[in-house]
Amino acid sequence: MIKIEKLNKKFGKLIVLNQLDLEISSGGVFAILGPNGSGKTTLIKSILGMVIPNSGNIYYNGESILKKWKYRKNVNYLPQIANFPANLSVKELISMVKNLRNEPSNEHHLIELFGLTPFLKQKLGNLSGGTKQKVNIVLTFMFDNELIILDEPTTGLDPIALINLKSLINQARKEGKTILITSHIMSFVEEISDEIVFLLDGKIYFKGSINELKTQTNSSSLEIAIANLIKKQYA
Amino acid sequence: MLKILKYSIQDLLRSRWSYVYFIFYLLLGFVLLFLNNNMDKAIITLMNIIIVLTPLIGTIFGVMYYYNSREFTELLLAQPIKRNKIFIGQYIGISLSLTLSLVLGLGIPFVAYGLFKSAIIFDFVLLLIVGAFLNFIFVALSYNISLSTENKIKGFGYAILMWLFMAVIYDGLFLISLVMFNEYPLEKFALAATMFNPIDLSRILILLKLDISALLGYTGAVFKDFFGTSLGLLSSLGVLFVWVILPALNIVRKANKKDF
Repeated sequence: MIKIEKLNKKFGKLIVLNQLDLEISSGGVFAILGPNGSGKTTLIKSILGMVIPNSGNIYYNGESILKKWKYRKNVNYLPQIANFPANLSVKELISMVKNLRNEPSNEHHLIELFGLTPFLKQKLGNLSGGTKQKVNIVLTFMFDNELIILDEPTTGLDPIALINLKSLINQARKEGKTILITSHIMSFVEEISDEIVFLLDGKIYFKGSINELKTQTNSSSLEIAIANLIKKQYA
Repeated sequence: MLKILKYSIQDLLRSRWSYVYFIFYLLLGFVLLFLNNNMDKAIITLMNIIIVLTPLIGTIFGVMYYYNSREFTELLLAQPIKRNKIFIGQYIGISLSLTLSLVLGLGIPFVAYGLFKSAIIFDFVLLLIVGAFLNFIFVALSYNISLSTENKIKGFGYAILMWLFMAVIYDGLFLISLVMFNEYPLEKFALAATMFNPIDLSRILILLKLDISALLGYTGAVFKDFFGTSLGLLSSLGVLFVWVILPALNIVRKANKKDF
C-alpha cells in the first residue's frame, strides 16, 4: 500500500531520515517505534505530504505522492498536538472538517462513545488537553478510509477513553484497514499492533512481528526489547 | 479555497480584536467629524492615521494569525486540500476581515454625517481603497516573514521592524540621501524610491487626489510633474497592485517548500 524509496530528509545539518526504505502492505496495525528524535513524526508527515523530503520517493497504491494532494482523501490523520482554533466550538470544528472533506461521516456514534455531548457547544480553547485529544480522535475516526495514521494517540486520555480507542483500532483492523501508530507506551503497542517498525538514526532498524523482535533481542518483554535496541544507539 | 477563506473570516470575526479594531475606527470617525466639523479636514487627518495604522495592524494581525493558527493549519494540511489554497485562503481571509473593519468602522460615521450628499465621496472611497491595499500588502509581507521564521517572538520582532522601516526609517534615509546628494538630479531616484515603499506611495496617491500641493512635498511634486494627476493616480495604484501580487506569490512559493 505504501512504498518508500531512499527517503532523505535533513533539517539544517541534522539528518533525520537517511536513505530510508520501507514497504507497508495493506491491512493491519503497524507500530512505528524509535527513541525521541528518531524521525517517526517526520516519516509520518512525509507520507502525508506535510514534510517535503530532500530526495527519494513515496508511493501510495503504486503512485508517487510527492506534490500531490488528492490521495489524502483516503487518509485519516491524528496529529500529535491537538490544538484547534480557540474561537470555534467542538460542533463547529466537526462540521467544518466534514464540510472540508465532503465525505460521509459517523461522528454521532463517536461523540457519544467518548462522552463529548456536553462539550459540543464549548469553545475549543476552554477544553482540557484530554478532551481535546478525544475531539482529535473523533475527527480522525469519523471518516471511513483505508489508511489511518495516529501520532501518539494515547496522550492525555483517561482509561475509559483508552479502552474505546483500542476498540476503535481493533475494529478498523477487522475492516481490513491499514493503521500506522507511533507511541511510547509499550503496553499499548504490544496489545494492538501486528507489526513493529523500529526507526534508528533515520533508517529502519527492524521490521517484523513482536515475537520476532523478542527473539532477536533475547528479551522477555517488548519494553525490554525496545530498550535494548535504543541502548545500542546510546552506546 | 473559498471554504478556507470563509472559515478564517469566521474565525477572525469571532475574535475580540476585530471588534476592537472596528470600534476604534468607528470612534475615530465620529470624533474626527465632530471635532473638525468639516469632512475635508477630517479626511486629511484620517489619511495620516490610515497610512501609518493600517500597515501596523495588518502586520500584527498577519503575524498573530499565522502563529496562532499553526496547529490548525497542520490539521488542514493533512486534509485533501492543495497547499496553495490553504495559505492564500487564510491570507485573503485576514486581509478581507481587516478591510471590513476599516470600511465599516469609517463608513458608518461618514455616511451618518452625510457622505453621500457631499462631493468628497470619491476622496473618501479612494482613502478606503488605499487602506484596503495597505491591508493586503502588509498582511502579505508579514505572512512572508512568519512563514520563514519558526520562532514566534523573532517573527513578531522582524514584522514590527519591517513596519517601522517602511513607516519611519525609510523616510529618514530617503530624506538624508536627498540632502546629501542634492547637487545631483534626483527626480528619477526619488520616483523609484517612492515606488519601493507602499506607505509613501499611498500617501502620494491620496494627496494627488486631494490636490493639496502644500502637503505633497518633494516626491509628491516630482510625481505630479512626471505623471500628471490622473496618470500619477493610475500608475501608483498599479504599483500598489504589484505590491500585493509579488508578496502573495511569494507566500505560495514559500508555503510549497515548507515543512510542517
